[in-house]
Amino acid sequence: MLSKRLIACLDVRRGRLVKGVNFANIQDVGEPVEKAELYYQDGLDELVFYDITASGDKHPILLQFVEEVAERIFIPLSVGGGVSSVSDATDLRLAGAEKINLNTQAVLNPPLITQCAKAIGSQSTVLSIDVRRTVRSPEIPSGYEIVIEGGRRPTNLDALMWVEQGVQLGAGEIVVNSIDADGAGNGYDLELTKTIVDRVPVPVIASGGAGKPEHLAEVLKVAGADAALVASMVHFGTYRTSELKHYLHQQGLKVRISW
Amino acid sequence: MIAIIEYNAGNIRSVERACNHIGVDARITHDTKVIENASRIIFPGVGRAGAAMQSLRDNGLDVALKTAFDQGKPILVICIGAQLILDHSEEDDTPCLGLISGRTVRFRPADKQLKVPHIGWNNVRPTQPHPLLEHLGDDDEFYFANSYYPRPNDDSCCYASSHHGESFCAALGRKNLFATQFHPEKSGRVGLKLISAFSRWDGSLQPNAQ
Repeated sequence: MLSKRLIACLDVRRGRLVKGVNFANIQDVGEPVEKAELYYQDGLDELVFYDITASGDKHPILLQFVEEVAERIFIPLSVGGGVSSVSDATDLRLAGAEKINLNTQAVLNPPLITQCAKAIGSQSTVLSIDVRRTVRSPEIPSGYEIVIEGGRRPTNLDALMWVEQGVQLGAGEIVVNSIDADGAGNGYDLELTKTIVDRVPVPVIASGGAGKPEHLAEVLKVAGADAALVASMVHFGTYRTSELKHYLHQQGLKVRISW
Repeated sequence: MIAIIEYNAGNIRSVERACNHIGVDARITHDTKVIENASRIIFPGVGRAGAAMQSLRDNGLDVALKTAFDQGKPILVICIGAQLILDHSEEDDTPCLGLISGRTVRFRPADKQLKVPHIGWNNVRPTQPHPLLEHLGDDDEFYFANSYYPRPNDDSCCYASSHHGESFCAALGRKNLFATQFHPEKSGRVGLKLISAFSRWDGSLQPNAQ
């Protein structure tokens, strides 16, 4: 039986690790390759890098960075941030990314999901969504709206309809980021996560809001997420990844405890 | 030298990196001459069955693999490669290499809470001894990312199983060929150990002397 996964997300800007609160107030929190290796040695199951570099020529920097990480860590590496073509995706795969995260570009150009799934396989094509709670409307019956461009641009697109479409187009996994919960440390949006887990046949990774080990246990148990994504909790040294894994194990969740 | 077979675009450099990391000389190649001269072969998995088989045939790599197998050269096959060595894959209804008799089928879990693709870490339990699985501990897990899995006709070809709604064959083999549905190159220390054991394997089914 599959283990529930602990995933650390590293937001990277020009090769440095950064972290913001509610998608703003970005601060530098260190050297990402070193962090990645530390987490790998300490039982992390998977790593996600989001490149939040704003400039247009970021691609070569990101590729070099992914290669550097892939030489040192041997767990799945997922990369996102500005992937806008199949060649971006295949370049990143060659550099060492196991999975490619599509977000804004998938909303702007949905066939990109299918093109990536054909080129690199559904299991490597991850649809990442940033969701904000809003008033229910005919366009957004669920009250969950997709927001793109790093939380800046609302789309008037219903999150549940979008993930269903994304899976039909070929996405093999969904990352659900709650903008409302992100960085606040008050726990994941359990309701949002569970709604999406129940809606799609592919694995779901919960993201945004983890502050305590209890939050991880509840999103995996109550909301049924396949994986819990953390950032601040581990980046600032508050918790070790091994500590979180052992906590989840004690809570009766099946996690990988041998590494 | 280990030849890592290149066919199609994909994440095969991660296999090369894993080899380099543990000090094993390995080279990515689609040159059948280099494959002929290599002491061992890794056949990694990339993409979909249909496109992968096409690419193998276009480059004469299907023949090179069969020849190496017949010569008794140790071969490690990874992920979708483990599906392509059977007779047929349900993915794209693809005729495959037929090095082991059997078919590749899709996960269709009755329990709708079980997700497909089967992505993540899962236990791998040996069903019979094999030199490449000797180091495996009870709690060890490997990383998988698959919607399809290999189903050899002969149970004696299955060396380890995993569970996802049903028990499925996670590692299979015949003679000097050993195939894993999981990704040893993405499975941390336990995966690197398997690759290391392969780099010393002579292709026989006797317990490893080392």
